[in-house]
Amino acid sequence: MPTPLIECRHLHKWYSGVHALKDVSLTIQPGEVLGLVGDNGAGKSTLIKILSGVHGPDQGEILLGGAPIRLRTPKDAMRAGIETIYQYNSMVPTMSIARNLFIGREPLKAAVLGFGLLDQARMRAESVKAIADVDLHLRSPDALVGELSGGQRQGVAIARAMHFKSKLLILDEPTNHLSVKETNKVIGFVKGLKAQGVTGIFISHNMQHVFQSCDRVVAMARGEIVFDKPVAEASLDEVHEHL
Amino acid sequence: MKRLLKIYLEKPELAGIVLLIVLIGLFQWRSDGIFLSAENFRGVLGILPEVALVATGVTLLMICGEFDLSVGSVFALMPMTAAILMNDGVPFWGAVLLGLAACAMIGLINGIVTIRFGIPSFIATLGMLFMARSLTVVVSGGFPPLLPDDIPSWIFTQFIGPGQLFRTSFVWFVGVAVLISALLSLTNFGNWVKATGGFLDAASSMGIPVVRVKIACFVICSVLAGFAGLIQVLRLGSPLPSIGIGLELQAVAAAVIGGAALTGGIGTIFGAIVGALLIRVIDNGLVLSQVDANWFQFAIGALTIFAVVANAWLRRMGRRIRVGV
Repeated sequence: MPTPLIECRHLHKWYSGVHALKDVSLTIQPGEVLGLVGDNGAGKSTLIKILSGVHGPDQGEILLGGAPIRLRTPKDAMRAGIETIYQYNSMVPTMSIARNLFIGREPLKAAVLGFGLLDQARMRAESVKAIADVDLHLRSPDALVGELSGGQRQGVAIARAMHFKSKLLILDEPTNHLSVKETNKVIGFVKGLKAQGVTGIFISHNMQHVFQSCDRVVAMARGEIVFDKPVAEASLDEVHEHL
Repeated sequence: MKRLLKIYLEKPELAGIVLLIVLIGLFQWRSDGIFLSAENFRGVLGILPEVALVATGVTLLMICGEFDLSVGSVFALMPMTAAILMNDGVPFWGAVLLGLAACAMIGLINGIVTIRFGIPSFIATLGMLFMARSLTVVVSGGFPPLLPDDIPSWIFTQFIGPGQLFRTSFVWFVGVAVLISALLSLTNFGNWVKATGGFLDAASSMGIPVVRVKIACFVICSVLAGFAGLIQVLRLGSPLPSIGIGLELQAVAAAVIGGAALTGGIGTIFGAIVGALLIRVIDNGLVLSQVDANWFQFAIGALTIFAVVANAWLRRMGRRIRVGV
């Protein structure tokens, strides 16, 4: 058994008296794409928020590549190589694609105390490459993200995560509010992850999507993991029974 | 060609620039050519930096998604504080620095109150509008102090340039405007400001220190307002506690005429300057055209509404031009 990429041990989380996460333990192997399913309030979002550094667990620990790690802020998680793409989309519509790709991680030509001049040529060149790498075809890195369709935006978000060589890519319901055609495009991106050897967690309401694109399916209910099997050995009905 | 048209239609400053050109033409015609004379230009450019500096700060803050109504009061408080310090024997530059530090404090309080208590900046700075104005009157003790005779006010008010066309205040203003524009478009800080105002959730999830970015913008806005007030007082020669009343709304008008959006994320310093210039041009042009000066506020109001409507329309037109993304 190789060292898991990420391992959660006995995570607990309470929100003002509500036990949102009850003793959740989960290991993910490198290169695995895991589908996380469950109803609203099942604890999926809580688990994701802990992994992406938005909230800390009240109990339990997280190991990254076998070593314990503390994720206090989203920045900590990003530094550790955990990139999250949220359902509401983490792009600023009034900014260009190139600027969005590098929000918070801008390449600088010269800097004093962390402030400095943007290396705009590099931002444009690298964003063109990053977008092409995920098979997305966009006219120009200077186009505003607000002019892109929902699916294209998620494509840019995935390109951003890939560009920063994320070890673990978390996709939190990336197909919400998208048309069928756009959804298929995003499912295509998720399948592409597996081909590129990126480890992923794909959260979705839609069991079909998970079965199409993931290696393993994990279901949560009432703050606990109630089902965990490789997709090849699981059936849709079986998962539904546990929810 | 189509792409170029699209780019220009989507520029937020476009409506302001077109209006400026039209109005300059109109006033030039109505005033029988006096409007564009060097003598009149001197007058317009001499006062412009005061409104434009305030509008610059307000626009920066609006791009960051927040709002400052206290700038008019800070505009009065800073020079009052500085003048009192000078009368107490503090040297000129020391008094100016302390005055600006007081403005920075006010900006800090505006920012902290807005963010820590999660209230709209509209309310937090409305409160500060009254408090800072009251403080100005209180510290003046009812008798505005005189400025000492030996202060180097020429550094801010001297006429210079070909035909004595500008005041030095104009140079200061251009310097500040270039600096803030560069900050916005060339630095990572500028990227954070736009992201914070454009979509707060996205900015914070990407690890941008949104609270500190917003507070920094509040501070810059207040300091610029105070600096503008200092320039006006040095030009007039005496700090009056009543200066700058209503200025906050002129600054907001300048910002939105120049294309800044109240919702944040959109706007440019250049646009704010165009807006401020428009306000000065209207003020001056109405007088030269021998229109009753009481129409000034009417004109500013109509212009603000018109510019915002025109901007929205132009942007829609621009967006409709498909060049294939």
